[in-house]
Amino acid sequence: MARIDLVDLAHSYGGNDAAPESFALKPVTMTWRQGGAYALLGPSGCGKTTLLNLISGIITPSRGEILFDGVDVTPLSTQKRNIAQVFQFPVIYDTMTVGQNLAFPLRNRGVPRAEIDARVAEIARLLDLTHDLNRKATRLTADAKQKISLGRGLVRADVAAILFDEPLTVIDPELKWQLRSKLKALHRELDLTMIYVTHDQTEALTFADTVVVMHDGRVVQSGTPAELFEKPAHTFVGYFIGSPGMNIVPAEVSGREARIGGHVIALNRNYGQLPADARIEVGVRPEFVDVTTPTPDLLSAKIERIDDLGRIRFARVRVGDAKFAARVPAGFSISDGVAGLKFDPAHVHVYADSRLVEGTA
Amino acid sequence: MDKVVNQKAWLLVLPVFAVVAFSAIIPLMTVVNYSLQDTFGNNQFFWNGVGWFKELLDPSTDLGGRFFASLWRNLFFSAVILAIEVPLGIVIALSMPRQGWTVAACLVILALPLLIPWNVVGTIWQIFGRPDIGLLGYTLNSLGINYNYVSNEFDAWATVIVMDVWHWTSLVALLCYAGLKSIPDAYYQAAQIDGASRWAVFTAIQLPKMHRVLLIAVLLRFMDSFMIYTEPFVLTGGGPGNSTTFISIELVKIALGQFDLGKAAALSLVYNLIILIVCWVFYTVMTNAGAERPPKEGIA
Repeated sequence: MARIDLVDLAHSYGGNDAAPESFALKPVTMTWRQGGAYALLGPSGCGKTTLLNLISGIITPSRGEILFDGVDVTPLSTQKRNIAQVFQFPVIYDTMTVGQNLAFPLRNRGVPRAEIDARVAEIARLLDLTHDLNRKATRLTADAKQKISLGRGLVRADVAAILFDEPLTVIDPELKWQLRSKLKALHRELDLTMIYVTHDQTEALTFADTVVVMHDGRVVQSGTPAELFEKPAHTFVGYFIGSPGMNIVPAEVSGREARIGGHVIALNRNYGQLPADARIEVGVRPEFVDVTTPTPDLLSAKIERIDDLGRIRFARVRVGDAKFAARVPAGFSISDGVAGLKFDPAHVHVYADSRLVEGTA
Repeated sequence: MDKVVNQKAWLLVLPVFAVVAFSAIIPLMTVVNYSLQDTFGNNQFFWNGVGWFKELLDPSTDLGGRFFASLWRNLFFSAVILAIEVPLGIVIALSMPRQGWTVAACLVILALPLLIPWNVVGTIWQIFGRPDIGLLGYTLNSLGINYNYVSNEFDAWATVIVMDVWHWTSLVALLCYAGLKSIPDAYYQAAQIDGASRWAVFTAIQLPKMHRVLLIAVLLRFMDSFMIYTEPFVLTGGGPGNSTTFISIELVKIALGQFDLGKAAALSLVYNLIILIVCWVFYTVMTNAGAERPPKEGIA
């Protein structure tokens, strides 16, 4: 149990002399507070596993420091860091029974026999493995094997943090839900820091109280699910989180107005001085754009198709070259292929070179 | 479903029959034929029934005595070289580099002894061990060790065993290395996380993951060492006395030296049968080892 601080941490698999742009993890400084449930979210190859392996000590960073409760652990080996990690694919020790597998991390650390037995029984109960404790682990299904891997991660009560590297990839969808709720329950019960790597936004948003979004080796935003949804700090976050993702279109912005394809949209805040050479875009989530009957004061769009998601309908529309997704209000029926788009000014954000511009009130 | 009748298929099958008949069935039946008869040349044969086999399996006769003596020699030899080559091969595989140019260098060096023809290996060690001009023999004798593989049984055995270890340990090492390379990194990472010692990593991960290739290595090395002929024949000629006369050497002595075709045929059939049985046992063990796994295997 510890607070984990990353200080200017960066890593390149090509060594420290590699070009800064080629770093798998670009310099990051951040704090993981004790007892937090974090999700590390991003597409494949964005550096999230690298970050996880740096924290657990499987790889040594090219530069920067990792502190556990203020103590520099960067030069320490994985064994000495007292951290648990669960990998994407099940790792089980072939010759051992399920029980011996679960006991392995404790046995290696010389924990007394009675304590091991109690811990193993406890974890087996939590993961429904009690009946299989005396079976050879190789004879189980992939699901059960991954539960053993999870169990080995959870079996040590005193770890600084538990890291999960996409642990539910091989698990059936239904069991996935159960295991995820179990992990959440365990988190509340044990007051452990958990860091959960995933590329699945649903998984991240349901598990974590803080979601850290990574893109191209950088941490682009860290916040609660609501913050990520309502105020993406980076166009990537807007696009990656939400289904469908945020609408991001090039625009000219001056003061409290944004101009898209010659049409003016009102903004809630004042964006006085935007950098002249920056690429300016406007982002708005489909949930905050309504399709209505076209009128001269609305941005007019050509409807290409309607996606009915059951509870909600989204229209895929085209404005000039730009594509939009917009909400179709309940009961609204489209008469022909043309519609007006009504924006909610409070949720229209301005981005300069993909980064959110705050604006002034 | 209707069966398609196509007599032309015989044209594809018959050549195979012919080839197998001439390469395996006819020679084997010739040997069976010899083993049941006695001949003094001139194509004159006298029916002997199972007489040769009775003699062969009775240790009190000359033939039986020689057969059992060479059989025990062979089994002892196989046991010794397996006991040396398998652990040594594992140790070499474990200490080999995982990546970089040194991997290729190690593989080439390891493969070299495997590429040398058997009788050349025998000749190399024959000269190497000679007390008068051989590097090994001369050095040992200069150090005050009385080493002479021609006259001393122990020295002869030691040389044959060291020669086989030199020749074949690479095979075990290469197989083990292949087995080690196939272990995903995640296993080692998980072991680090679990705080496993180097020894625990070996017993919990590496050895179990190598067990298939090890079975293959043991099978290949057993078969090869059980059939060994050329190297000891070139090195010691089966001597001193009969101390390094293995079954195959005994067989050649009986068949070509004494021209006892009936005895030799009986001996080769029994020899063949032993190898077939051992093969079958290994095969059963290996397939059973595979069947222990559950039918629904994960990606790991």
